[in-house]
Amino acid sequence: MESLSNKKKQLTVKPLNFWERAYLPAIVSGLAITMKHFFKKPVTIQYPEQKREFSENFRGMHSLKRDENGAERCTACGLCALSCPAEAITMQAAERQKGEETLYREEKYAAVYEINMLRCIFCGLCEEACPKEAIYLDGDIVPSDYLRKDFIYGKDKLVEAPLNQ
Amino acid sequence: MELADIAIKFGLIIIIFAISLVVAMYSTYAERKIAAFFQDRVGPNRAGPWGILQPLADGGKMFLKEEIIPTNATPFLFIVGPSLAILTACIGSAVIPWGQNIVVGDKVIPLQVTDINVGILYIFGVVSLGVYGVMIGGWASNNKYSLLGAIRAASQNISYEISMGLSIIALLMVTGTLSLGEIAQQQHGWHWNVLYQPVGFLLFMICSFAETNRTPFDLPECETELVGGYHTEYSSMKLGFYLFAEYINMFISSAVMATLYFGGYNYPGMDWVTAHVGPVIGPLIGTAVFFIKVFSFIFFFMWVRWTIPRFRYDQLMDLGWKILIPLAIANIVVTGIVITLLN
Repeated sequence: MESLSNKKKQLTVKPLNFWERAYLPAIVSGLAITMKHFFKKPVTIQYPEQKREFSENFRGMHSLKRDENGAERCTACGLCALSCPAEAITMQAAERQKGEETLYREEKYAAVYEINMLRCIFCGLCEEACPKEAIYLDGDIVPSDYLRKDFIYGKDKLVEAPLNQ
Repeated sequence: MELADIAIKFGLIIIIFAISLVVAMYSTYAERKIAAFFQDRVGPNRAGPWGILQPLADGGKMFLKEEIIPTNATPFLFIVGPSLAILTACIGSAVIPWGQNIVVGDKVIPLQVTDINVGILYIFGVVSLGVYGVMIGGWASNNKYSLLGAIRAASQNISYEISMGLSIIALLMVTGTLSLGEIAQQQHGWHWNVLYQPVGFLLFMICSFAETNRTPFDLPECETELVGGYHTEYSSMKLGFYLFAEYINMFISSAVMATLYFGGYNYPGMDWVTAHVGPVIGPLIGTAVFFIKVFSFIFFFMWVRWTIPRFRYDQLMDLGWKILIPLAIANIVVTGIVITLLN
C-alpha cells in the first residue's frame, strides 16, 4: 500500500561478512564492554546504613502539626477524611474542656485520629484539603511490620513531638 | 618406596585436595563478586568483611536444608549421581604438575602426585566419566526436565570431546609426549605451547567451556526451558555437590589449560630466579605463577559467563560438529605439514 506519510523506508538485510560470521570479533568487543563496566563505580546504595536523599516534594508518613504554642492544630473537621480517595482516614471529634487550651487550638479536636497506612496512597489530597494546616506528609517511608492491625497509625504515632522537648 | 616418600605423597594429595576444594568454594564467592562488578553492583558483602564468609554461610545452608528424594525417583541412583559428579571432579587433579621438583638436601620432592605417561588420556577419561554423574542424576530423578537436561549434557559433552581430542592431537605432535609433567618441562621459560598452537588452544578452550557446562554452553541447566536442568529435583547438599563439582571442574580445566598451553609453572627468567633464591623457594614461586595463570583462566570463565548469552541447542551442535571438528582436523594437517617442512 502507498505510504501516507512518505516516510516509509525499504530496509534490506545485508548478509554477514566473514568476520561477522566468525563470531569471535563480536565476542572480543563484548568482552571489552563488560570489562569497562568491571572498573566502574557500583551504583548500589547500601540501604540501611546509607540512605538516598528524598526529593523536596517527597510525600512520606503523615504528621499532625502543632501551632507555635505547642497546641494541636487539628479541629477534627473531617475534610481530610472526606478528600481521601482511599478512605484511609477516620477520626472521632471531642469538645475541648476548660484548661485544655494549651493542648488544642480550636474548641473541637480529634480525640481519635487514625490513618490506615495500607490503604493510604500518599496522594497528598489530605494536606491540600486541611483548612488548619494540621496535616503534612513530610515524614519518612512508612516502616514495615508483621500484622495488618499495626499499620493503623493512631495519634501516638502521627502527632508531632511537643515543642519543649 | 620408603615410608617418608609415602608420607610426602600422602601430604601432597591432602594439600592438593584441600586446595581444590577451597578454590572451588571461593570460586562461588568470586563468581558472585565478579558478576556484581560486571553489572555495576557490589555483590555479597554482609557475611564477614567484604562478604568473605559467604561460601561458609552457603555451605551451612546447603547442609541444613531439607533433603528430598522424590517418591518416583530411584533412590540409589539418585544418590550415586551427585557422588559420581563430585568424585570425578576431584580425581582429575592427580596428574597435574603443580610445580618443579623441590630439592631438600639429597631428597627430591615432586610437586605432582603421579606423573603417569598417559596423563592427558587420564584427564580425558576423568572428564568423560563426569558426564555419568549428570546423566545418572537426571535419569534417576524421573522428571522430564531433568532427563532432557541430562540428555543435553551427555550429547554436548560427547560432541565436544571429539574436537577437544583432535585439538590435543595437534599438541601431541608438537610435544611428542602424553605425560603432563614432561609437557610442562618442555615449555621452559618462554616456550609456551600457545605460541606454537594458537588455534589448538582456542579450540581446546571452547571445548573446555562446553565440557564444564559453563556459559555460553550451559544448556543442561537452561532455566528458561528446563526449570533447573538435570538437578531440578535435587535439594540440600546433593544439589550442592552438583554445583560444587562444576566449580572444581572449572578449576581443574583451568589448570589443564595452563599446563598444556600456557607453560604450567614456567615463566620467563625462572632459571635466574631459582639460582638466586634456592631450590626450595624457586619451585614454590613457579607454583605461585601457575596458580596466577589458573586464576586468570577462572576469571576468564566468569568474564565470558557475564558477557555472552547462551547458545541455542542447534547452534551448539552446529558449532561442535560443523566448525570445531573441521577446524581441529585442519589444525592437525597444518601442524603436520609444518613439522615435516621444519625437519
